[in-house]
Amino acid sequence: MQDWEMLLQDDYLEIAGRKFKSRLIIGSGKFKDFQQTKEVLEASGAEIITVAVRRVNITDPTKENLLDYIDPNKYLILPNTAGCYTAEEAIKTAMMAREATGINWVKLEVIGDKKTLLPDMEETYKAAKFLVKEGFVVLPYIFDDPVYAKKFEDIGCAAVMPLAAPIGSGLGLQNPYNLIFIKEAVSVPVIVDAGIGSATDIPPVMELGVDGILTNTALAEAKDPIKMAVAMKYATIAGRLAYLAGRMPKRTYAVPSSPTKGIPFKN
Amino acid sequence: MPKIILNGEERKIPREMTVMELLEEIGVKFREIGLAVAINEEVVPKSEYTTRKVKEGDKVEVVQLVGGG
Repeated sequence: MQDWEMLLQDDYLEIAGRKFKSRLIIGSGKFKDFQQTKEVLEASGAEIITVAVRRVNITDPTKENLLDYIDPNKYLILPNTAGCYTAEEAIKTAMMAREATGINWVKLEVIGDKKTLLPDMEETYKAAKFLVKEGFVVLPYIFDDPVYAKKFEDIGCAAVMPLAAPIGSGLGLQNPYNLIFIKEAVSVPVIVDAGIGSATDIPPVMELGVDGILTNTALAEAKDPIKMAVAMKYATIAGRLAYLAGRMPKRTYAVPSSPTKGIPFKN
Repeated sequence: MPKIILNGEERKIPREMTVMELLEEIGVKFREIGLAVAINEEVVPKSEYTTRKVKEGDKVEVVQLVGGG
């Protein structure tokens, strides 16, 4: 019998020449403590974890640091520019992130609206263009807009990260067609970021053929984040395998699955 | 005593000092990964922490990596 590891042995998420076995990326925000973050990361099988850049609290410089719990040699620590509302802020934050992580990868976020946290595509585009020229591996968080997705690819972004639904909303997949169009429009990886509410939201997204999933709040706000992390690990694998297996066509009416001939007691 | 703006707040430091000395002064542990410093909005590479001086009126940002999505 073949299990998933054998079936997916040559299947990788490849970003900027770096290969990842897991197609699940997790965010490290809002967990109970760093120990839980570490346990969730290990349980999820993810190889990429996002982090934020924030001022050190000078009145009480924390002795504990997230980096004491996550080994940067084992995981890709992907800094974000969360909280930035202009290209200029995002660029400055990315520069600090590069110095803090020692790598030139950035999950670029430029938010346009506090209530919905939807991205400001114009500012995101400006920042992406600048950062790519500066040598960054840029993964922009974008609206599920296939036209813009292509523009981000054209300026040299290493992947695009369209939303499934607003950040932290847990609404799950809202517009499958736009994600299909994005997947058709670009050849860089498409990583669906934001909107996942539970492990069960993942397979329908992965089955569209997208390359990966990023989730944070659905893990941190689960009653049991470790169980959710394991569920998400297998949900991502299930969705990927379902995509590779290819689904049957959808039909309006029923088709019997048992033979229609030789039914007993029939004249 | 030079006055600087540290993470958005005014602060007096005993004298002009290097970035490394400032970190010690404010109780922030140096770490190769997980920490970054900018002076007047320009990132200071870690290789310059023992030479680059923090002076009167400088705007200093000291950041770390924290949990985030």
